[in-house]
Amino acid sequence: MTDPSPQPTAQFSFAVRSARRPTLYVLAERSLTALIYACGISAIFFVVGIFLFVFKEAAPVLFSDRFSLSQFLFSEQWYPTSELNKRYGVLAMTAGTFSVTALAMMIAVPFGLGAAIFISEFCGPRLRETLKITIELLAAIPSVVWGFIGLTVMSKLIVQLTGAPVGVNILNGGIILALMSVPIIVSIGEDALKAVPDSFREAGLALGATRWQLVWRVLLPAAKNGLLAAVLLGVGRAVGETMAVLMATGHAVQIPHGILDSVRTLTANIAAELGEAPAGSDHYRVLFLIGILLFTITFVVNLAADMAVRGIRKK
Amino acid sequence: MSAQAHIQVQDLRLAYGTREVLHGISFDIRHNEIFGIIGPAQSGKTSLLRCINRTIDFSPEASVSGAITVDGEDVRRTKDLFALRRRIGMVAPLPVGLPLSIYDNVAFAPRCAGMTRKTDLDAIVEQCLRQAALWDEVKDRLSSLGTKLSGGQQQRLTIARALSHQPAILCLDEFSIAIDPVTTMRIEDVIKELRRDMTVILVTNLTQQARRLADRTMFLWNGEIIELDSSDIIFGDQPRDRRTYEYVNGLFG
Repeated sequence: MTDPSPQPTAQFSFAVRSARRPTLYVLAERSLTALIYACGISAIFFVVGIFLFVFKEAAPVLFSDRFSLSQFLFSEQWYPTSELNKRYGVLAMTAGTFSVTALAMMIAVPFGLGAAIFISEFCGPRLRETLKITIELLAAIPSVVWGFIGLTVMSKLIVQLTGAPVGVNILNGGIILALMSVPIIVSIGEDALKAVPDSFREAGLALGATRWQLVWRVLLPAAKNGLLAAVLLGVGRAVGETMAVLMATGHAVQIPHGILDSVRTLTANIAAELGEAPAGSDHYRVLFLIGILLFTITFVVNLAADMAVRGIRKK
Repeated sequence: MSAQAHIQVQDLRLAYGTREVLHGISFDIRHNEIFGIIGPAQSGKTSLLRCINRTIDFSPEASVSGAITVDGEDVRRTKDLFALRRRIGMVAPLPVGLPLSIYDNVAFAPRCAGMTRKTDLDAIVEQCLRQAALWDEVKDRLSSLGTKLSGGQQQRLTIARALSHQPAILCLDEFSIAIDPVTTMRIEDVIKELRRDMTVILVTNLTQQARRLADRTMFLWNGEIIELDSSDIIFGDQPRDRRTYEYVNGLFG
């Protein structure tokens, strides 16, 4: 760091020096600043580091002649262990991930936001505490337990109620994922609503708004950024979830034609096959490439949301 | 103009928990008068207003007894609370700009009351913003956020908003705290105009403001009415209570 002030005269420099804080103080403060700086920067470091690691594993196959990117993205043929003709197309699994996530969000977003609004605006303090604790408990259930419920309880129910040949399918996975995302959406959404100052509520009600009008016209616009963040974290959870969907969706590589079809998701595929693929083989590297694809999907979702929030703010 | 009082308050007591802030006060407010309420901080002025439009309900620890009637209807037993609040416009000391556009802020109450026609809303928004002396400054950016206005502009926006449901009663709670003197004078002129259409309750810390505007003034101190009379007497040389004279002339408080 440079000192822009001119050198003090000899007579003056003594007074300036004596006014300084002890060196220890200054050092402690500087090192604290550096530490906090490092903490902040480390987030970027980790993201880039993980990306580079995954990319390094995937790169040899990505640039080899035996592999074509367009086939990888747009073919539904996934035969990584075929003797004669290995084909690495992940379109079916991308479709699987998107369909399960979309169904989960269709259930979880209205349900979660509704619950958040109820907890923050409509229920009494005692019920609120009970609900919050219960919902946090719901968030703490390990995903393999969810998968277990999907595989046994939900699967039987679905077969009974819909007459589908197999109970492990998009519907099953979607419901399980929705149940897993709801606690996140509820707790973050409720925080966002609670952050709206009470003066807004009072002003709105003093203008003769009913409770619903207040929620609809004041609270939702005021909390929209936080609510969007809640939904996106829910989406992130749904896209990234592995174990529960692996158990609940049937693990069949096919483009789904209805919500009662079994699918395989990108995450489940990696989890199931990475252990069997010989390290360094094309199959192994393609699985890492799927990791990059997942990475890209979540990145695009986050970026889109960020831009949406900015757009709302500008308006 | 009817002889009957617009608002009647009888033996109103209000306590927050065990602390009583209004000790059984009774007074009438007449139709189309500007009713000034003066008094030092903590004397219960804002709480009184909150009792009238029932926003006191938001403080769960508050307990109210006594009767407040507006147009002969007991506000504490009213069937339609939302209709009651629509009859009363309320302006808070510090502006609360809802996180909406300027237009939507003013159109909020009419929309809540069920008005949907764009032309009607446009007319109301323009009329209210004109009444609040804000129209010329914001007419070109009605769709920008209300919270981006300056403090004084936001306060005028809340005044426009309070007028937007065409209330019969307008409560101004120290409205000029965040406004410069010139704008304050403009709004005071507006208030003088408004009294033709509505009853105005003016809570103010500025005794001179009450003197300029109010027909009658009530001096509230520690939850009791010290004196209530026409402003000429309250601010004259010989109010009945010596404390009124001393407060108005800045000798204590």
